Order: sequence, then structure tokens, then C-alpha cells
Amino acid sequence: MADSAVTLDHVSVAYGTNAALRDVSVAFPKGAVGLLGPNGAGKSTMLKALLGFIPPKSGKLQVLGLNVAERPLDVRARLGYMPENDGHIPGMNAVTFVAYCGQLAGLPKTDAMQRAHEVLYYVGLGEARYRKVEEYSTGMKQRIKLAQALVHDPALLFLDEPTNGMDPKGRDEMLDLIRDLAHNKGVDLILSSHLLPDVEYTCDHVVVLDKGSIAASGSIDQLKGPTGRVFEVRVKGLQPPFVAALIAAGMECQETDEDVMRVFVPGPPSAPGDDQRRICAEALKCGVQVRHLRTSLPSLEDVFARALGES
Amino acid sequence: MSPIHDQSYRHYEGERRPLGRAWGVITWTGVRSNLSRRWFLALLAVAWIPFIASTIHIYVVTMYPQAGQVLPVDAHRFMQFIDQQGIWVFFVTIFAGSGLIANDRRANALQIYLSKPILRMEYIGGKFAVLATFLLFITLVPALLLLLMQVMFAGNLDFVRANLYVVPAIILSSLMHVLISAATMLALSSLSKSTRFVAILYAGTIFFTEAIYGVLWVVTGSTRVAWVSIGGNMENVTDVMFRQPPRYETPVIVSIVILLGLLAVSFSVLERRVRGVEIVA
Repeated sequence: MADSAVTLDHVSVAYGTNAALRDVSVAFPKGAVGLLGPNGAGKSTMLKALLGFIPPKSGKLQVLGLNVAERPLDVRARLGYMPENDGHIPGMNAVTFVAYCGQLAGLPKTDAMQRAHEVLYYVGLGEARYRKVEEYSTGMKQRIKLAQALVHDPALLFLDEPTNGMDPKGRDEMLDLIRDLAHNKGVDLILSSHLLPDVEYTCDHVVVLDKGSIAASGSIDQLKGPTGRVFEVRVKGLQPPFVAALIAAGMECQETDEDVMRVFVPGPPSAPGDDQRRICAEALKCGVQVRHLRTSLPSLEDVFARALGES
Repeated sequence: MSPIHDQSYRHYEGERRPLGRAWGVITWTGVRSNLSRRWFLALLAVAWIPFIASTIHIYVVTMYPQAGQVLPVDAHRFMQFIDQQGIWVFFVTIFAGSGLIANDRRANALQIYLSKPILRMEYIGGKFAVLATFLLFITLVPALLLLLMQVMFAGNLDFVRANLYVVPAIILSSLMHVLISAATMLALSSLSKSTRFVAILYAGTIFFTEAIYGVLWVVTGSTRVAWVSIGGNMENVTDVMFRQPPRYETPVIVSIVILLGLLAVSFSVLERRVRGVEIVA
């Protein structure tokens, strides 16, 4: 596929006897793609296989049109990788570390140093660039990992859980950076995360992994598209029989952290008010009072829940 | 109004060096990092004291030939010098080598290195070259300089002409010491995340093999068992290089095989341990 940044063709990866990826075939389009899945779904394994860290048991991996098994160095020269775990070169300050990474990626010494300064300013570490990386807070370490991945101006970025351990403000800033890179700076990226809002905010496409297999893939708009409607419902009375009745009627229920349920009504759009009437009818049958019923926009969370439910 | 200087992200349009040169960057950075430690500079300086002493010895023998009857300057003297440097090779290997990979493993740096366009062998080669640089600086460089001193003091090339094998012997024996020490240390460094543990492991390996040899020698009464000692094997091979009678009864070919085996084990350990991802199956 010419428009794909990354393609996997029947790829299986195993750690000993444990299968991490099972016969995965998927194409990641250019732009910002979210790689979603619960912990242990195989997201990090997929990225590491694409970097050439883990050889697949079978199948073919291609990055930017290059076969990973045949040309791993050419692939990595075009990639930037922000790992999930903390990682730095001991004893270096931030600017030296990032410049060193630039040199390792093939930049001449002076260019690497200049890029290091620029990139550190870009990720918000300009004022802290002469401090040792060991002394950085968790949030700053996340930023410097992004800086080292960006210093050689890669065509494609792999970001593995980039907001892990960040405070809310730092997280928002990191997501703004990622969004800016993908939408304004023309850097293709794959964002691996189990945090749906992060992916929804930064990405246009999503690939959902579950237990080493692809559960869903496509553009977020398409996946959230007109295949059903979502309602927020709050009831007074016994919930379990009501939930069972809704499921029996072909609807899907998802409880949220609050006392509001999200009810997904699948199928093409019906006449205005029909869905609400169906929900109220089920409530009436179960003897519960509907205290709150409001139309909601389908979120990526719904897509994710449905994909995992189906898989 | 557009900004005078855009501090946002910009694409890089400069030159990129061909792949395969990153080992030089790793080596240069490693060497510079070690040289920034004062006590390490002091250690390197102390390691040159035997060179100064040997230079004085050669000067005295050249100026006063009768002194040569007590302490002659011959091929054996140069072999002795290489042997004497063994203790400094030991200390420099421990101080410059134990953290080479262990520190990277502790800081999860391997995934950073290997996510760049670098082969694992290139990483290992770069780290190896850091240690090899310092070890050559205290073995090969002073030994060759010593030979140069002899020529300068004597004012002729008679000694070199009469002992033509000394130059290759100095080069080969120095390279052997450097290769064995650096490869062993690098392999041990890849086994742990603790620099101290690696240092103890290396010292233990050297002393333990010596101790085993000592015990076996007492029990058997023969130096044929010197093959169990890493140092003994290197001394055995060095003797042959300098055309000296071997100190041990162990056949040289056995010592060579043992040393080659040690190298093979070291590189096998490195091949297994230096990876972008640690797989615990």
C-alpha cells in the first residue's frame, strides 16, 4: 500500500511459547495513528518488532516501504522512537544527551548540537537543558525522550505511552506537542497508548489490538460513525434487570465511573425519538424510573469497548 | 506579524553521515567521559612510571655499558616491561571498563542506542574501542616509545637489527593483553547493572583462576596446569612471541586455544546480552 507508513503482513511474534502477536495483518496510514489496546495486548511488542528488536516468527514488516528484516538500519535512520521506560545515557546533561543521539543517528557534530538546542526548546526543556537527565522529574524525562526521538528529524515517530506518569498540565502539553507534530509539522506518528482520550485528541486513525490480534482499525470518524447512537441514561431502581433487558433488546450498555450508563443503540438511524421510546419502554417493563436520558456523541471509548467486546 | 526566529520544530535539511560510523561517536564520547575524571587521569599517569624507570635503565646501560652486565637491555627486558604493565592493565580495565555496558543497562540506554541506525556489533565495537584505547595507551604506546628511546640513546639501529622480532612481539603481545582484558570485561559488564559488581566479578575471575592454578601447582608439582590461569596463558604466549623459554610447561597451543575460547565465550555473552529489548521468557 503506497499510502501506508507501516504494514504488517501475517506477522506473528512470540516470547518463548507465549504468543504476543498472532497472525497480524494491518496497514497504518500516514498521519497520526493511535495504537490502542489494554495492557498486554501486544502494542509495545509490535513497535519493538517494527524497530527490529524482536524478530517475528513469521510474516513481513514494512516501514516507509522498507522491509525491516532486510534493511533495519535504513528503517531506523528514518524512525524516531520514544520508549515507554525511562532511558538515558548516564552522566550526561540534556543537551549533550540529545546531541549525542543526533550524532548516533548520523548528524554531524555541530548540526546535532544545534538541533539539540532547538528540539529541547520545542519540547519545553529549554531552560533545563544544562541539567543532568538523572535529576529530571518524570514529566521532564518524558519530554527528553521525545526530544531524543525528534533530534534527527525522523519521517515517522513511534511513541510508546508518551504521557505515562505526567501531571494533568504536563500531559496536556505533551498531547499538544504530539498533535502539533502530526498536524502542523508533517511528522507521521504511531501513538501507542491505553488512554483513549490521548488517542482521540491526537490521532486521526486508530488500530485496536487485543490479545495479540487486531480488534478494529480505521479512521476515528469512520469508527465512531453512523452505525448507531449513544445515550446517557440514569435510572432509579434496580439496574441489573434493566441492563439485561436492554441487552436482550439488542442494545449495549456500558457503566461509567458516575451513576450514568452509556447505552449504545446499533443500526441505521431511526425516526426521531424512537430510540428514546425503546429505552423508556424497557425501563417501564423493569419497573425503574428514568431520571436522565440524553443523546451523547459516540466516543472512541465506545469504539474501543465494542471492538474488545466483539474480539 | 511573523516571528524573527521560529523556535518551533523545524525539519533538518543538512547532511547526514553514511551509516556505520556511530561506533566512532560512541568511542570518542566514552574516552572523553573517562578523561574528565581526575583520578582516572592520575591512574593513567601512574601507569607510565614503569616507562620512566625503564627509560632511565636504558639510558644508564647505553651510557655505561658495564651496567648491562647486571641489568641487560635485551628482548627479555621489553617482555618484562609488557608483563609489568599487567597490573596497570588490570586497574585500568576495572576503572574504565566495568561501567561501559553495565551503566547503559542500568539507565535503559540500550533501547535508545539500538533504536538509532546502529548495529549491535557497532555498539559493542564502540565500547570495546573505549577500553582498548586506554589499554593500548599504557601497553603498546610506552613499549614502542621505550624501543625508540633505546634507538635514540644508542644513536644507531643495531639493537633493532639484531632483534627484529621485538617490534612485532611488542605489538602482538600488547594487542593480546588488550583484546583478552577488554573482551572479558565487556562481557562481564553486560551481565549486570551494577558497576561495583562487575568490578568484583572481573577481579574475582582473574584472582580465582590464579588461585586455582596455585593450588593445582602445589598438588601436582607441575606447571603444566597453568592453562587454568588467564594470566598464565597470556604469559605463556608472550614468552613465545619474545622467543623466550616458556615459564610454564603448558603447551603454547593449549594456551592459545584457551584464550581463543575465552574470546569466543565473551563475544557469545555480548551477542546474547546486548539487545534492544530484554526478553524474559
